[in-house]
Amino acid sequence: MKKKLTILLSVLAIGMLACTNAWAARTGGTFVFCAPYGGDVFSLDMQRTGNTQDYIVGLNIFRSLYKWDAAQNKPVLALATAVDVSEDGMVYTFKLRHDVKFHNGRTMTADDIIYSYNRIMAPATASSAASYVGVIKGAKAVQDGKAQTISGLKKIDDFTLQITLDHVADLGYQLYKIEAAIVPKEEIQAKGDAFGTAPVGCGPFRFVKWIKGSEIVLEKFDGYFEPGKPYIDKLVYKIMPEGSARDMAFRARELDANLVGGAQYDVYQRDPEISKNMIEVAEMYTRFMGFNQAYAPLADKRVRQAINHALNSELIIKKLLKNKAFKATSFLPTSSPAFDPELAPYAYDLKKAKALMAEAGYAGGFDLEVLATNSQSYGVRVVEAIIPFLKKIGIRVKPQQLEGGMLSQRLKKGDYQAFIWSLESGPDPLASLNRFHSRTLPSSGNYIAYANPVFDGLLDQAKIEKDPAKRLDLLKQADRFFFEDAPGWFFNYNKAIIAYQPWVNGVEAVAIEMMLQDFTNLWLNETSPRATAK
Amino acid sequence: MHLYALKRILQFIPTIFFITLIMFVLLNILPGSAAYLALDQRKAPDPKLIAQLEKEWGLDKPMHIRYLNYLKGLVTGDLGKSFLRKESVSKIIADRIWPTLKLALASLGLAVAVGLPLGFLSALRQGSWLDSLSMIGAVSGISMPQFWLGILLMFFLSVKVRIFPTSGYGEGNPMYLVLPAISLGVGYMALIARTTRAAVIDVLTMDFVRTARSKGLSELLVNSRHVFQNTMILVLTTVGLQFGSLIGSTVIVEKLFSWPGIGSLLVDSIYQRDIPVTQGCILVIILIFLIVNLIVDLLYAVVDPRIKYQ
Repeated sequence: MKKKLTILLSVLAIGMLACTNAWAARTGGTFVFCAPYGGDVFSLDMQRTGNTQDYIVGLNIFRSLYKWDAAQNKPVLALATAVDVSEDGMVYTFKLRHDVKFHNGRTMTADDIIYSYNRIMAPATASSAASYVGVIKGAKAVQDGKAQTISGLKKIDDFTLQITLDHVADLGYQLYKIEAAIVPKEEIQAKGDAFGTAPVGCGPFRFVKWIKGSEIVLEKFDGYFEPGKPYIDKLVYKIMPEGSARDMAFRARELDANLVGGAQYDVYQRDPEISKNMIEVAEMYTRFMGFNQAYAPLADKRVRQAINHALNSELIIKKLLKNKAFKATSFLPTSSPAFDPELAPYAYDLKKAKALMAEAGYAGGFDLEVLATNSQSYGVRVVEAIIPFLKKIGIRVKPQQLEGGMLSQRLKKGDYQAFIWSLESGPDPLASLNRFHSRTLPSSGNYIAYANPVFDGLLDQAKIEKDPAKRLDLLKQADRFFFEDAPGWFFNYNKAIIAYQPWVNGVEAVAIEMMLQDFTNLWLNETSPRATAK
Repeated sequence: MHLYALKRILQFIPTIFFITLIMFVLLNILPGSAAYLALDQRKAPDPKLIAQLEKEWGLDKPMHIRYLNYLKGLVTGDLGKSFLRKESVSKIIADRIWPTLKLALASLGLAVAVGLPLGFLSALRQGSWLDSLSMIGAVSGISMPQFWLGILLMFFLSVKVRIFPTSGYGEGNPMYLVLPAISLGVGYMALIARTTRAAVIDVLTMDFVRTARSKGLSELLVNSRHVFQNTMILVLTTVGLQFGSLIGSTVIVEKLFSWPGIGSLLVDSIYQRDIPVTQGCILVIILIFLIVNLIVDLLYAVVDPRIKYQ
């Protein structure tokens, strides 16, 4: 009896907690956000675009089978209520939600997921999600034109889907991206290319209108499957590539939240009002100076370590980047599940650096040409900043500026001594480290042509390891090995910051890319100037 | 006059042909692959995907074939399809041309309405405080970067005093047009003021002005009939020639104010190597340039009856 009462009471307490949360979140209003990257939004057909700017908007129109959970910092189920993974980790059986509706009113079923993944793999779609969906058995055959449908996808019934993998992988990491969004077949067949300008998804917001080059307007989708959500009525994205223009619009309260650029960060931090409402995260991008080990001096591990000891990353971040970066320890960022908190970054130690150089037989130093783009946080200006540091250990650095496309061509050919760039280092630690597996070609991202049997071995073991904890441990070891081998200078992890108005609740620290904000849970206080605007 | 206009229009054809040729070659020999740039480079794009995109966009064919295809399309009025926007270039440009023209015409209107009288009055009151003040203003106007001016305007007129919205198009609401039009028009206005002043000073020393005055005509009549008319040729040339570059320089202002015009479209397309859209934008800007020049030439005859076209 007593036990029953306790259970009853806890259920009541949980219910009340849930209620207070629901009370706290106010419904209604318009939220104005920005799409701040480079150029325009190009296409809202998520499967057919490679533009981050497009994903920022599409994330709130579409849903994929999994979604990124910013609080847990990992992918979670979105369109399914449960998943059953077979003993060998090769077969995933999903119980799909029954209440998912597309914006045209039709209920989503297993057929839609099968259609969407087949479309992603079809060569004509040229989808960047093909590399993720490619993990499913038979997907590569579709991509190569040898089959029409992916053999590893099986519909058990309308709301049960079985996915068989090609090789062991954590499927959540493969399918959470918005590039792998589930789309309704009938809309795509009716609209063709025009689907990209009048998208229909099953996400929390419906597409309303798009003034090309200026703004995109979405509104709350009443048939969204999470009850009572989203809270806001309308969501507007202003296409604003200029940091200073965004700053003005934010100060004029036209923007409810703003991505803070390098120029504004320092000012916002010192502003007593704005600084109260800022959220920051270490994004899963590592700014890394890669060494070409075919260049004789860099073939010696001691030289590579010496460079890491000779560079005062902290000072460069503080003075040059105005603190808009987190000092890097190793390749995997602090927000990665396989980041090893016990690993200490290379200490700034000139004496040690000099000793290592002498030991390696390079006491007299050498010339080092470093390729870089014009980026503010990992471009030529950073290379210029390291010149005096490396001069102290005899290395004469010569910066060379290139445009991104050219830089990558030089890297693929191995035609460089060193380069500095921002490399994606998450969220899946295995995929991130696999970039440096000897089987990954320079053209596929192993720009430093890294080939080390010990490192390869650890990754290969991790690939077949089914116990998640053990797999994580192997990846930690691989990252540590990479760190100690120092095939590059570990400079920083991007610090992404969003400043928001005091009436905004629910902006999240999204480590995969700060701007990929899901606004399902966002709500506005009545103090918002657009609290009741529809 | 009609014949002249027709001849001039026919001359457009070889001009456009040569420009498209140069443009095509330049855009296609630029280093960096369009397919590569379309993808997130921090992720190391899949080579297979790049090949698929290149096939979809026809980049796997040799350049001369692509150029011939482009010309074939051009003759039939087909500007091709955007790589990234998956829409026809003509439609994309049609959506964006009006905002640019609106912005350019508003700047032109502002520049002429303020610049012309200012220049005229300065010339008539040479050395006066009005003259010095307006010329200081004109020099600052010409040398002030549009971007910086735009930010200043936003700061004072949108953030400090909330009169105008900072940016955006506002579905044609004229309040949204004011700040971009001022940013774009001030330099142009200053140029017109200076040109007008110089032209008027020049004309004032001419014999026919002295004759008109000695005939006993009132100052107002001298200025309005003799001086004004004779300065118009020079002013018209400046206005016309500069209008073309005004269209070109909407790039900066449109970007800053999130103005949905051709200028910002052009910049985005160049960065992303969206070759069909880039070509389309440049073609349209050139056409506007040519047409404005033609109109200016035809207007000469209206302003100065001594000029006749055969």
